[in-house]
Amino acid sequence: MSSSKEKPKDQQPKSAFSRRSWLQGAGVSGSVLSTGLLAEDAQAQTAANVMSGEVEITLDINGKKRSVKVEPRVTLLDALRNRLDLTGAKRVCDRGTCGACTMIVGGKVMYGCSVLAVDAVGKPIQTIEGIAPEGQLHPVSKAFVNHDAQQCGYCTPGFIMATKGFLDRNPNPTTEQIDKALSGNLCRCGTYMGMKAAVLEAAKEIKNG
Amino acid sequence: MADYKWPPMDKRRVMGKRIARLDGPMKSSGRAKYPSDMNRSDLLFGALLTSPHAHAKVTGIDLAAAKAIKGVTAIRVISGPGTEIQWAGTEVAAVSAVTEEIARDAVKAIKVTYEVLPHLVKEDNLAKVGARAKAAGEQVTGDPDKAFAEAEAKTAGDYGIPVITHCCLEPHGSVVAWGKDKIDFWPSTQAVSTVGGDLAKMLELPATQVHVDCQYMGGGFGAKFPADRWGAEAARLSKESGGRPVKMFLDRATELTIAGVRPSHFAKIKVAGKKDGTITGWQSESWATGGIGGGGMAPLPYVFTNIPNRRMNHTQVSLNTGPARAWRAPNHPQASFLTCAAITDFADAIKMDPYEVFFKNAAVSARPETYRKQLAKAAELIDWKKKYTHGAQKTGTLRRGLGIGIATWGGAGHASKCKITIHPDGTVEVELGSQDIGTATRTCITQVAAETLGLPMSGVKVKLGDNSYPPSGPSGGSTTIGGVSSSTRKAAVNALEKLFEKVAPSLGVTPDQLEADDSRVVVKGNPAKAMSWKQACQKMGPTPISEMGENEPRTAAREGLNTQGASGIQMAEVEVDIETGVVRIIEVVAVQDCGLVVNPKTAESQVAGAMIMSVCSALMEERITDQTTGRVLNADMEFYKLAGLPDVGKLTVHMDITPEHDARGIIGLGEPCAIGGIAAIANAAANALGVRVPMVPLTPERVLAALANRRNA
Repeated sequence: MSSSKEKPKDQQPKSAFSRRSWLQGAGVSGSVLSTGLLAEDAQAQTAANVMSGEVEITLDINGKKRSVKVEPRVTLLDALRNRLDLTGAKRVCDRGTCGACTMIVGGKVMYGCSVLAVDAVGKPIQTIEGIAPEGQLHPVSKAFVNHDAQQCGYCTPGFIMATKGFLDRNPNPTTEQIDKALSGNLCRCGTYMGMKAAVLEAAKEIKNG
Repeated sequence: MADYKWPPMDKRRVMGKRIARLDGPMKSSGRAKYPSDMNRSDLLFGALLTSPHAHAKVTGIDLAAAKAIKGVTAIRVISGPGTEIQWAGTEVAAVSAVTEEIARDAVKAIKVTYEVLPHLVKEDNLAKVGARAKAAGEQVTGDPDKAFAEAEAKTAGDYGIPVITHCCLEPHGSVVAWGKDKIDFWPSTQAVSTVGGDLAKMLELPATQVHVDCQYMGGGFGAKFPADRWGAEAARLSKESGGRPVKMFLDRATELTIAGVRPSHFAKIKVAGKKDGTITGWQSESWATGGIGGGGMAPLPYVFTNIPNRRMNHTQVSLNTGPARAWRAPNHPQASFLTCAAITDFADAIKMDPYEVFFKNAAVSARPETYRKQLAKAAELIDWKKKYTHGAQKTGTLRRGLGIGIATWGGAGHASKCKITIHPDGTVEVELGSQDIGTATRTCITQVAAETLGLPMSGVKVKLGDNSYPPSGPSGGSTTIGGVSSSTRKAAVNALEKLFEKVAPSLGVTPDQLEADDSRVVVKGNPAKAMSWKQACQKMGPTPISEMGENEPRTAAREGLNTQGASGIQMAEVEVDIETGVVRIIEVVAVQDCGLVVNPKTAESQVAGAMIMSVCSALMEERITDQTTGRVLNADMEFYKLAGLPDVGKLTVHMDITPEHDARGIIGLGEPCAIGGIAAIANAAANALGVRVPMVPLTPERVLAALANRRNA
């Protein structure tokens, strides 16, 4: 279970309703949406208590503890974008379809629009801002630049986080696996041509470290 | 007069090279700040209340409950009592509040009453649109009746392409702050130099009072030129909230409902010709909608404009749906699909390879030789001659087919001014009130300036996205790269001349004997006599050199820096499962000319992106409206479908980069490559199936229905 168990009770809020439970109810699944975390939280929600109004929570973002006041209905994505100025993850569909808000939560690749901020307490959150030190590029970012796998760039951070999470699990991917792993992200400009080569190059670069 | 001509193709060091886009690292690290990413300490959030009815009169609005919500800073009525709403999603009221959640609560708390009026939101069946149809008149050339009466072969077909949306990933919107002396406006825009004036006009303020800043923007495709009602309302909310900045971006449903669509186009087309494939007659009865304003006729017949005997009738259909906006190559993708489908069906009927029919009838296009060369190149790349068989010969469950689509576009450079400043320390600034909408504009401008000044890419700092820089046109119609490259070239040549005047005495020559190369100022023909760029710049004294360059569309063609007239051919190979109706892309090939190519790497990306957009439109995209409720049923990204990485097959891009094309100067690229793909894919499916699926997108349902119709026939 998540480490939120170790927190004092007033810091582990559970909402009566979350978009995530809606996602489960609607039978939404995808290669990017990890069902493991959903299942855990569905159990947790059976003992949910009701919250209302703003609550102060502490999130573990890119290795730093950040306090933020949110209403229970605020998604992790909106908490990051609107309250913590972490705007790399984008809000596009806001319904768990397009992957522009992809981030790694509790070690799993998630859509930030489909996780409530209060449910992310106690889970390490990694965003695009946290994958490389300031002024440096992560190998995945670098490979996307090299292969011009971006145009307007609005979907790019989501693709890069999906790729990073995928390569963390599968350092030696085939092109078929890449197709599947990135099928939970959408681009409108049409930047897929260079993308497979970028993912393969990034995999190689990460291995050669 | 200064010589602005492009340096010879084989002498270029930076232009024409495959250089990675300069803002790539900012975008791929999440550090690029788009307008929707702007945060300010006292930021307010705006939200819109929109009409649930497609046609209605507002009879009353009660704001009391919304006003009582703590955290609401201002509420504005946009469509007051008496206003007639013409499409669902019309803006009725706007709210600003200290959090986005409170703004949404307030929107929900506003009570609006409507008198609901009859609406029409569907146009696929012209017989059912009644008085909403408005005939646009008949155009006749030659003697179509005679041509059809005497034809050796005649075909008739029904074709349709629905309304699609722009679906920009960054929704329309802005952050705006109504300050004491000026309005700071951060819109997601493709029109940096004009959108400020547009906002000022809506607010009845002098244009000088609006400062525009847009460094990055998340996709426009033709939908993001104006300041828009929601931009003006955000400004007014800011004013009414004491000048605090207001962020208001459309939610996804509203974005897909009101922020722009590409008009539909339907047509009943008859083609007459000879058994050798020569087309002699064309008749089309077409109709289209782009919302309440109807939809004009696409340029029919497309590319084969000089078919000798033609009759065209068009009807505009007015619907209660969100209005059209320019969508990458307005009306051309529809025209290409309708024309190429009808010609392919003609070829099919006379049992000729459509390649031969396209090749032969290129004679009635404006550029026969270019199209024939491109057809041959595309056929070679997709291995057409080896793979093509007539549809009637296909067997098995998985059937493959080939198809062709054709494109034409203008693409001359827009009006643009560029200011280049060379500082005494050798650093160089290039300023244009232009925008990089994902087309690598920043990168290309840097290449042009670096090439001209003899500097590396790192020696030039390009600044865009601010309306205090010299004005450039909006990025529409594939006009940007031609415009900004030409103005940059001229500014750089002018600045260099001034620098040479300062440097020449030290080298004991006249200014016209100098050239800039490899970060040095060199005496022509005497490379030993030179000084470094830095040393040269020190000669100018403490005052920087600052020069302008201008691209003026009326004289640009004479100067040879940019021109118009791009051609393109796309071919597709698809595989159709005749049991499930699923169409899968095997390969799409594009052969495209656009004159001088500044950056082949990013140009190829743009072409491939347009091919992927064509895959979306050919297989998936359709705005679906519901006549009962008058609403868009798929105003989300779950059911408004876009292609993902696994859906696009192999993409092969061939840019026509030759001395002959290069000599024409720069021609725009964004539109021409976004035209032919839909036709190519639809024709490939028709070839695979041996039957025409009349309407795109080629959904399994439509594919299976076309097969069933053939069985029943």
